[in-house]
Amino acid sequence: MPSLIDVQHLGKSYNLGETTVHALRDVSLQIERGSFVAVMGPSGSGKSTFVNLLGCLDRPTSGRYLLDGFPVEDLDRDQLAEIRNRKVGFIFQNFSLLARTSALENVELPLLYADHDVPDAEERARNALASVGLAGRELSQPSQLSGGQQQRVAIARALVNNPEILLADEPTGQLDSRTSDEIMKIFQELNRVRGITIILITHSDEIAAYANHIIRFRDGQVVSNEPVVHPAYAGAQMRFVPSAVKVLQ
Amino acid sequence: MKRLLSAVRIALRALKVNKVRSSLTMLGIVIGVAAVIATVAVGSGATQRVQQQIASIGSNLVMIIPGSLTSSGLHMGTGNAITLSETDARELMAQCPEISVAAPVVRGGAQVVYGDSNWGTIIMGTTPAYLTIRDLFVSKGAGFSDRDVDSANKVAVLGQTVVDNLFGSVDPIGKSIRIKHVPFTVVGVLERKGQSPTGQDQDDNILMPISTAKRKVIGSRSANGDAVNSILVQATNMSQIETAQDEARALLRQRHHLQPAEDDDFSIRNMQEVFAAQETSSRVMSLMLAAVASVSLIVGGIGIMNIMLVSVRERTREIGLRQAVGAKTRDILTQFLVEAITLSIAGGAVGIVVGITASAIVSRLANWQTVIGVGSVLLAVLFSALVGVAFGYYPARKAAYLDPIEALRYE
Ligand SMILES: Nc1ncnc2c1ncn2[C@@H]1O[C@H](COP(=O)(O)OP(=O)(O)OP(=O)(O)O)[C@@H](O)[C@H]1O
Ligand SMILES: [Mg+2]
Repeated sequence: MPSLIDVQHLGKSYNLGETTVHALRDVSLQIERGSFVAVMGPSGSGKSTFVNLLGCLDRPTSGRYLLDGFPVEDLDRDQLAEIRNRKVGFIFQNFSLLARTSALENVELPLLYADHDVPDAEERARNALASVGLAGRELSQPSQLSGGQQQRVAIARALVNNPEILLADEPTGQLDSRTSDEIMKIFQELNRVRGITIILITHSDEIAAYANHIIRFRDGQVVSNEPVVHPAYAGAQMRFVPSAVKVLQ
Repeated sequence: MKRLLSAVRIALRALKVNKVRSSLTMLGIVIGVAAVIATVAVGSGATQRVQQQIASIGSNLVMIIPGSLTSSGLHMGTGNAITLSETDARELMAQCPEISVAAPVVRGGAQVVYGDSNWGTIIMGTTPAYLTIRDLFVSKGAGFSDRDVDSANKVAVLGQTVVDNLFGSVDPIGKSIRIKHVPFTVVGVLERKGQSPTGQDQDDNILMPISTAKRKVIGSRSANGDAVNSILVQATNMSQIETAQDEARALLRQRHHLQPAEDDDFSIRNMQEVFAAQETSSRVMSLMLAAVASVSLIVGGIGIMNIMLVSVRERTREIGLRQAVGAKTRDILTQFLVEAITLSIAGGAVGIVVGITASAIVSRLANWQTVIGVGSVLLAVLFSALVGVAFGYYPARKAAYLDPIEALRYE
């Protein structure tokens, strides 16, 4: 069975007229199903660029990307959109909910764009909201919710279409540490109980400690890729998770 | 279908968020559609009125007058001006299969006196067939008969205007009036007819037997005692008017001994021709107004395009987000297109209401007849939807092809 994520010599550069910015250079690694990966590194080191490529939001300028053994770098925009819809859930730092739109409708959004009609869309959205502890807040609009609650709506939206991968770009960046812990608890549960692969960008060591693997970037390159020996956890029991990520030589 | 419904819902919500802006955007379309509806209503009202007036003069009516009309409409007098006769009228009726009746007419002005009222009006000496041809009905009393014509009885049938001015509320039937000092007995009153397309009062006249008129009132100015001012002819059928005219022309040329090279010494006109010019001018007027209206629709469309472009820019992040969760090109395109079409159709709907109200007010104030056709309403809806598609497509396409990463990063 192929790795869920397999990138080979992945590169992304921006041509700014006179200079060329290499946001990502020659990154090769694999991420297995069920991993919980923290991506770290200084600002501008290419973390977001990397995660956006993994989520098929962006295209690499060089290298290969096999998602589930399937090369995606040659797909057209609508095919990429379909992959984002079916396989990937995004969570952004600034929550990114639709304003003046109820939590329920925000969560339903990915189902609206599914390639077939989803008759039980509302039911599924309600369940997703309940699974992040927001039962009863279905009709609240983003402006009526706290930051932590908004981020939980965003997680519910990312989950509603049962994705294989959750990609989170600094999901706790705008939250206090207590709320961050609550969010991390949700991530850990999703990873351990539902087996969803999670890739999460963070600047915080405490947040990264929840993961079972840490990839560090610097200047667009991977500088370290190590398992976490004893992941911190918010759940009831500890479970040994074998190292799932290895850098290709 | 469900997708389309949700696209409409999204569009409506987006429009509701910016109520004032949406209404201002619609204004251009509202004005355009209202203008189209109102001008078409006024235009077809005018056309209908002309049609009704033509019908009021008499359907299937063909008029023959002495002298020739050149193509430019100039009346060329022939030496002895009056060339038509009562016999011509009789022969037209007898010999032309497509002519059902013909009535000779002599006309003249006269002063009419009843008691101490007097009134100047037009005397028409003719035969009973005249009433048939002109679609005239006697509302009180009776018309005169062929026997009255034969024996030149001094009887008169009055138009309503004459009755109003001479008798007021007195019943005129059986009363004696004096026309040019000759006593006449009023035997009938004509039903009110109203204005002709040229604005003449069709009720300001008196009908009497042609024989009486010639002898007692108008007098025979020409040497020929048989001469008449005009002959009115009725074709058997509306569609046979051309044939009837051809038959009349052939017969009259033959009776007047005209050589093939000679021009007609009479002219034949049907009412359609007489008022065609008037109809054309009203049609040109509506066309011009419609052109102005179309321009305002296009301006309205540009307004929609402008607002949609602003909207796409403002909602760049929203678009990026939708793309991130899987919206395809087509989804975003539909969303913004539906929004533009919703704007333009809503504008169209309001425009229809405004247009109908405006034409109602116009017909009230200016006393014009207006006709709101289902066709023009449908056309307005279709046109405004078309404006929405045409001017919404570019912004929608722009939105649909945004790069998701750039859209998400947009400040
Ligand atoms: N559209 C773009 N045009 C030009 N350069 C870009 C563009 N997007 C990213 N870059 C550059 O690519 C590099 C990597 O950016 P990226 O957003 O991946 O960094 P990051 O590690 O996520 O940083 P941060 O922690 O601040 O979010 C940066 O130097 C950035 O300036
Ligand atoms: Mg970043």
